[in-house]
Amino acid sequence: MSALNIKEMIGKKRTLTQGHRMCPGCGAPTAIRQAFMGIDYPVVVVSATGCMEVSTTVYPYSAWNVPFMHIAFENAAAGISGVEAAYRVLRKKGKIDKEIKFVAFGGDGGTYDIGLQSLSGALERGHDFTYICYNNQGYMNTGAQRSSATPLGANATTSPAGSRSSGKLQRAKDLTEIAAAHNIPYVAQTSLHNPFDVMKKVKRAVETPGPAFVNILTPCPLFWKIDTSEQANICKLAVNSKFWPVYEVIDGKYYLSYEPKPPAAIEEFLRAQGRYSHLFKKGAERFDLVADAQRDADENWEKLLAKCMR
Amino acid sequence: MSDKKKIMTSGNLAFAEAMRQIDPDVVAAYPITPSTEIPMKFAEFAANGKVTSEYIAVESEHSAISACVGASVAGARVMTASSANGVALMHEIFPIAASFRAPIVFGLVNRSLGAPVNIHCDHSDSMPERDSGWIQIYCEDAQEVYDTVLLSVRLAEDSRVLTPVFVCQDGFITSHCYEPLELLSDETVKKFVGERKALYPLLDTDNPVSYGSFTMSEYYFEIKRSQMEGMNNVLPVYAELAAELEKETGRYYPPIESYRADDADYIILIMSSASGVVKDVVDELREDGIKAGALRVRFFRPFPRKELAALAKGKRGAAVLDRSASIGGTSPLAAEVRSALYSLEEHVPVQEYIFGLGGRDFYAEDAHSVFDDLIKGRYTETPRFIGLLEKDDKNERA
Repeated sequence: MSALNIKEMIGKKRTLTQGHRMCPGCGAPTAIRQAFMGIDYPVVVVSATGCMEVSTTVYPYSAWNVPFMHIAFENAAAGISGVEAAYRVLRKKGKIDKEIKFVAFGGDGGTYDIGLQSLSGALERGHDFTYICYNNQGYMNTGAQRSSATPLGANATTSPAGSRSSGKLQRAKDLTEIAAAHNIPYVAQTSLHNPFDVMKKVKRAVETPGPAFVNILTPCPLFWKIDTSEQANICKLAVNSKFWPVYEVIDGKYYLSYEPKPPAAIEEFLRAQGRYSHLFKKGAERFDLVADAQRDADENWEKLLAKCMR
Repeated sequence: MSDKKKIMTSGNLAFAEAMRQIDPDVVAAYPITPSTEIPMKFAEFAANGKVTSEYIAVESEHSAISACVGASVAGARVMTASSANGVALMHEIFPIAASFRAPIVFGLVNRSLGAPVNIHCDHSDSMPERDSGWIQIYCEDAQEVYDTVLLSVRLAEDSRVLTPVFVCQDGFITSHCYEPLELLSDETVKKFVGERKALYPLLDTDNPVSYGSFTMSEYYFEIKRSQMEGMNNVLPVYAELAAELEKETGRYYPPIESYRADDADYIILIMSSASGVVKDVVDELREDGIKAGALRVRFFRPFPRKELAALAKGKRGAAVLDRSASIGGTSPLAAEVRSALYSLEEHVPVQEYIFGLGGRDFYAEDAHSVFDDLIKGRYTETPRFIGLLEKDDKNERA
């Protein structure tokens, strides 16, 4: 694998052009931009239904400078399986003579929830592709509903904070670990505040033969209720508070990418976002849930360190 | 010297054999009774180097059709097969495949939809897909399945059509019964089907295209309209292709097969395997001097309205036998037939029947009784049921 070169990366042709209709401050186009800076091959993109898909392909326009296909919500991984299989056979038959890489994008709804089966199938079958989850922790395209990626205590429109409920009452599913359990050659978690971490991991994912999975924490200012300028800061806080550890699993071996010293308190991460404001409402504070969130983060972190042999 | 070969085989194996000869680029499939043999046999071909295809053993029917769409849009020639609930699980993706103009050829082995769970034949799986934008062709026997698969590859991929095709056959009755079949040589098939030349393949990274765009009310209608144009071209293009294949096989299948119907007074309209019994009964009645005939509808999408009106014109009575119901509405074939015959100046009386649900057998005596109804002018507003157990009936068919 060749080293990353900043000058070259900046000069790269944009895969996703300006003119798409994503919201100001949305992390998804940032994630795509950073991901593609790590790819040095012709790429075909398949996307699940979601904000990114609808906002970049408003007919008769397309913001994609590379071949792009969206079939439906739950089948980006199945769709790219077919594209990749077609590529293999057409290359074998001499009808295509160049090396092409295959990247699927899905939000957490299309990946953690409705698309989990097709993702699992494609990982198990060993197709040579990279699946990138731009994880904003809920269904943003339909208006901030909870998904299985939504964290404990978050106020989402189908797990609303009310007089008798304090937002989502369950922990988020750990999809990165589920992906790793498929024994695929490369799995990673990364965060937008560190573009080099994203690029490096996507580069490794794409250049590793076989299936790879990259989970990118991707803020949605509307759901998270943060200022549009806070994209990088909130990601940094997520990593520093151990809410979102960044790590890699290469051929089954775990590598921690970054260790916050000392870690920030989860409370700091929660207080920075409007989706948790009900937890800190005067007279109705739910510090018990804040403590649960801290305990969950600590537990996850300890498990991860153990896997990293630390 | 003939390069043809005669074998004993089944509808499923005939479909699989056609696949071997076609050697499609990609097959993605998932097992479900009674179509399972098709992917099973094909996987065996792939495992033994009899084909150059990529076989993808997916984890569900939904992923099977999704992978087929991906491969087809990529530029590959793609085939698959399924039945019943598998077809229903794919339902979401069928209109997308059609709208992408992905020329997939699909072996649909008809089986009843649950519940209750039943593995035997009726058309309740394919009929809900009649508005999905796919071509639907219903075959009577294994030979017709084989010939139709070859035709369908060309038909689907023709630039005037570019529409996926369901090649339907009756589960177990056609799919599993062995019968004599004439195969073309591998070379003849390869020459006939040629190679796919995709128009806007996703794998052309030098000329990137976007599939599956977000399209609101400004353009959606026009895209649907263009699909209709492709469907409108199906029958004329089919006629060309069928004539071309006839030169090799000596067999020609029109969109509607007319069996002694030209001068008939009374006709039965039916699809797929059960038409064999009807044809036998037509022969028997003809011997008794009764002018009976049969129309076997092969193309259900596009529905050959004009052809049907011409064939049914002037008849004294027509019975439509549906192997599926539209509960609360008119059964699929009956609805099409009534609609097509409405344009005739001289009214043709139509009686609806529902038969064979869940694999209920259809006997010669049933066809006799239908013709008897027509001759005696026994018409009812609601459909009649053939072979249905009424209260206190002894189940002689069980």
